[in-house]
Amino acid sequence: MVIQGLAFYLFALMTVASGAMVITARNPVHSVLFLILAFFNSAALFLLMGAEFVAFILIIVYVGAVAVLFLFVVMMLDIDFARLREGFLNYLPIGALVGLILLVELLLVLGAWAILPESELRVTAPAPEAASGLTNTEALGNLIYTEYVYAFQVAGLVLLVAMIGAIVLTLRSRPVRRQRIADQVNRRPEDVLVVRKVDPGEGI
Amino acid sequence: MDFWSVYAWPTILIVLSILAIVVPIILSVAYLTLAERKIMGAMQLRQGPMVVGPFGLLQPIADGVKLMAKETIVPSGANRVVFIVAPMLTFFLALVAWAVIPFDDGWVLADINVGILYLFAISSLGVYGIVMAGWASNSRYAFLGGLRSAAQMVSYEVSIGFIIITVLLCVGSLNLSDIVRAQEDLWFFIPLFPMFVIFFVSTVAETNRLPFDLPEGESELAGGFMVEYSAMTYALFFLGEYANMILMSGMTTVLFLGGWLPPFDFAPFTWIPGVVWFALKVAACLFVFIWIRATFPRYRYDQLMRLGWKVFLPLSLLWIVVTAGALIAFDWLPE
Repeated sequence: MVIQGLAFYLFALMTVASGAMVITARNPVHSVLFLILAFFNSAALFLLMGAEFVAFILIIVYVGAVAVLFLFVVMMLDIDFARLREGFLNYLPIGALVGLILLVELLLVLGAWAILPESELRVTAPAPEAASGLTNTEALGNLIYTEYVYAFQVAGLVLLVAMIGAIVLTLRSRPVRRQRIADQVNRRPEDVLVVRKVDPGEGI
Repeated sequence: MDFWSVYAWPTILIVLSILAIVVPIILSVAYLTLAERKIMGAMQLRQGPMVVGPFGLLQPIADGVKLMAKETIVPSGANRVVFIVAPMLTFFLALVAWAVIPFDDGWVLADINVGILYLFAISSLGVYGIVMAGWASNSRYAFLGGLRSAAQMVSYEVSIGFIIITVLLCVGSLNLSDIVRAQEDLWFFIPLFPMFVIFFVSTVAETNRLPFDLPEGESELAGGFMVEYSAMTYALFFLGEYANMILMSGMTTVLFLGGWLPPFDFAPFTWIPGVVWFALKVAACLFVFIWIRATFPRYRYDQLMRLGWKVFLPLSLLWIVVTAGALIAFDWLPE
């Protein structure tokens, strides 16, 4: 129990710390690497709660795919930080105002937030075994594909629309010669080759 | 007393079993390099290493000593921390995945419920070592290698994920030992043969082996992401790549070739312990890795992307639908 508590505080602290580093690191590549660290620590928090399926899906989807693409794009950026900071002072008052308003709003919302005393105890305890003996992968599957099947399908549709949108926005037909492998495979020697007997001294 | 029984002994036991897994793996990595050179030598009518020790058996040790004794060079323009961390990460990830691989019935360090997800997660992280190395080296060649590797590994992971789903449909569990047990009657490479082929080709692409070794591409990128690495940092990449090959062969064995199960369930075959069968199957997969390397020329990059996205992805997606349909239609769903 002690070790689980310690592990919880370690991972929670690391998550918050690396989250802070994401927005303060000067180098954007370092920011992405800290973001990955934050993902890892939140996955570890899920594991502590006994939600192993969610933890690994978090790593596979966010760290294994999304963050790779982030890194891919960010690595190729050539950011001039001196130019970015040029208008910094001009925008400082209005930025500070927006930040202040957000902070006050957050305080108002969170200040009125009451947490059940029992749930505070559960923070460090793993989820109890389901009475039916289901693993949490099966339990999740049962919920998603029965009660929440419409929500699940709508989420899928939204992603599909986003995907089509991205393709429509970026697809241009350029005048480039493309390799068509089917054409190459279908090409027969008799269509393109003529074998002729050339008499000496005459040519074709 | 309580401290010993609750904390100390389990920790010591875990450390010992980790050593029992890691040391043989590092040894087999060392001898895999020798096997590769010997096999490729035989295929090209050469002898391969034959000077150091009998039949060149001490060659891997000589290579290891040489790499350790050399000077580690960090380029002045490099991002030092990331530059050093990248090879460590590659090697670490290649070893840490072995925690869930079942070598025999019950011979597994962590028999977790979602073992196959763990493996998939770890293998999808392998790209970070390479991308970080490519970026931190601050060199054009290394950078191009890193970019190529990022695009390549993300593409092939998608089809690997779909193939894993196909296998899971036939098993009904994410636990690797359960996956092997489900193959007691029939190894999955027979009913799922097209998926087996796609999976194997994708693992070749995932480990950056020839003919998909474009991130390294020594003829065009001069070694790609590894171009600035030397001595031990280079050795870690090298070990990581070979350990990954063994890991991917292990994954193929568990998913398609029946893990520790003997090929026939009667007398002479059942005398041999399961771990030997497991090792034999992994060795067979590794031989195919090397065979492919000695046989095929390197793919062009657009052909690689075409193969991943336009051939493997639709095929594996189709096969999920076919498998699920067949399981429902003939009432073969596992329970």
